Amino acid sequence: MSEVLLEARNIGKRFGGVQALKDVSLTIRPREIYGLIGPNGAGKTTLFNVFTGLYPRDGGEVLLNGKPLSLESPHTVAAAGIARTFQNIRLFNNMTAIENVMVGRHVRTKAGVFGAILHTRAERAEEAAIRRRAEELLHYVGIADRAHSLARHLSYGDQRRLEIARALATDPILLALDEPAAGMNATETVALRALIEGLRNDGLTVLLIEHDVKLVMGLCDRVAVLEYGQKIAEDVPEVVRANPKVIEAYLGTSAH
Amino acid sequence: MMNPLKTLSRREKLGLLLIAGTLLVLPFMLATVGTAWVRITNFAVLFVLLSLGLNIVVGFAGLLDLGYIAFFAVGAYVYGLLASPHFGIHLPFWVILPIGAAVAGLAGAILGAPTLRLRGDYLAIVTLGFGEIVRIFMNNLSNPINLTNGPKGINRIDHFQIGNVNFAGTDTFFGLNFSGPIKYYYFLLVVLMAVIIINRRLKHSRIGRAWVAIREDEVAAKAAGINTRNIKLLAFSMGATFGGVAGGMFAAIQGFVSPESFILNESIMVLAMVVLGGMGNIWGVIAGAVLLSFMPEVLRYTVEPVQHALFGKMLIDPEVLRMLIFGFALVLTMRFRPAGLWPEALHRREMTENRT
Ligand SMILES: Nc1ncnc2c1ncn2[C@@H]1O[C@H](COP(=O)(O)OP(=O)(O)OP(=O)(O)O)[C@@H](O)[C@H]1O
Ligand SMILES: [Mg+2]
Repeated sequence: MSEVLLEARNIGKRFGGVQALKDVSLTIRPREIYGLIGPNGAGKTTLFNVFTGLYPRDGGEVLLNGKPLSLESPHTVAAAGIARTFQNIRLFNNMTAIENVMVGRHVRTKAGVFGAILHTRAERAEEAAIRRRAEELLHYVGIADRAHSLARHLSYGDQRRLEIARALATDPILLALDEPAAGMNATETVALRALIEGLRNDGLTVLLIEHDVKLVMGLCDRVAVLEYGQKIAEDVPEVVRANPKVIEAYLGTSAH
Repeated sequence: MMNPLKTLSRREKLGLLLIAGTLLVLPFMLATVGTAWVRITNFAVLFVLLSLGLNIVVGFAGLLDLGYIAFFAVGAYVYGLLASPHFGIHLPFWVILPIGAAVAGLAGAILGAPTLRLRGDYLAIVTLGFGEIVRIFMNNLSNPINLTNGPKGINRIDHFQIGNVNFAGTDTFFGLNFSGPIKYYYFLLVVLMAVIIINRRLKHSRIGRAWVAIREDEVAAKAAGINTRNIKLLAFSMGATFGGVAGGMFAAIQGFVSPESFILNESIMVLAMVVLGGMGNIWGVIAGAVLLSFMPEVLRYTVEPVQHALFGKMLIDPEVLRMLIFGFALVLTMRFRPAGLWPEALHRREMTENRT
């Protein structure tokens, strides 16, 4: 494995008059927890949306494991190994928790309509494997007991966990989390932190957008700071914390 | 999920047994009232098939399709052209029905392709247009080559024939008289069972989950790795296939097809069946289709005698009253049960409560 897992070069994105991203470059190393912080509207979510193929970019490129990554469609990005969660939770609300996770297995499985209609041996075996894996993942994120509840009936914290389980179901190499702790209480945040550390210990690389400065600084190996669509710092937490530009733009106002 | 019967409770099994028994003797009971009722029942089953097909598109994948009847038309015309004196071709039904299904499935994919980026109202308008285009084609494809025979339609379409049993006349088996409609009824019943099983299997499959995921949140579905374009096309295509099979049987039962059987009203009627019953839930959709197929017929036969008994004369034309009551019932349902009579979510809640 190369020293760099994901490299973004000069990513640009404009919405009409708003330059949401301007020449953003960053490098994420394998098995690190990489934090992305910045004030509201800095372009963090937009960067996620570009990385995952949801928004077309205006310029720049992304390399995954040294190879150019096609950002044309989200499903090819998922197949390449980048999974994500959403800032404003996006679950399949009228599906059960386990079905939500099973959907995440779609990209790694292949049964088609004919397999389903004929209920072939291969299809049944694959279906059973999908279910088993989904059960494991629900257990992993700690909501196995809610497997058969509809997603919309889960508590807020459990919904965040379910979204992570669904993302993990795609067998990602890079997991991108958009403010996973938002709206969580202190206990839930502690549990979330343990979960993210566990993911890293299991070999995953995590890209984390988070406003909770304590969580970011305590958890991340390196942190990048965005302001008005531009990267103003990228380093280990101690250095970033001491950076005057960062203090002025972000920490000075939100970290007490 | 291996054996669907295993997951049922005893009460449900008993219910199923009762329904099966009733369905088996139904045509003979109906025949004593009048052969017309067997025919009405056959058309009701055709509408159940159509609703189950549309349910894949609207109920599972959440794509509002207002031109669905076009695929019924395609199936009907394929049958009509390949089993009538029009071209002098007389293929057996078991050859034509799969062809009709395939052609309709292809038409579904072709008509679905340009709509992939559209949602909601826009999708509804475009599919409505496509439905009309197909009908207008059938109305006009009589010149310069007479393909569809225009508004006159195709006549003297062959009946089904299995061995030397022709579905046109009456046969006697086990001392019972099986009229044409009764034979079609049993055939339709077998097809219906197959379609229900296929629907259930699709629903609990990788593809079925992808459809529902797209319905629930298309962006999240994409991000979760679903190729939404292909999976949507598959929904259009599968739904259309069901419509094609139903259309073929319709052509044979009716003996003729013409464009006026495939007007927009029919698309709306099938959609109403799906919505009334409860989108997504197979049993709800079946209930909706049965209800909406029979209600107008029951009203047709009751409105007139009731008025005569009450007022001694006809005050309101039965046709007008029929539509009035029909519309009123729909409005009431949507007011008090907006998710349908037997909606997916309710069904779901019952299922999960049983399990835990
Ligand atoms: N779909 C869109 N259309 C138009 N403008 C957009 C769109 N998405 C984002 N923007 C704009 O781009 C800029 C960056 O937004 P973005 O959501 O990426 O910020 P963020 O860093 O995630 O902020 P927050 O911390 O509030 O989530 C903002 O000015 C926003 O209004
Ligand atoms: Mg954001």
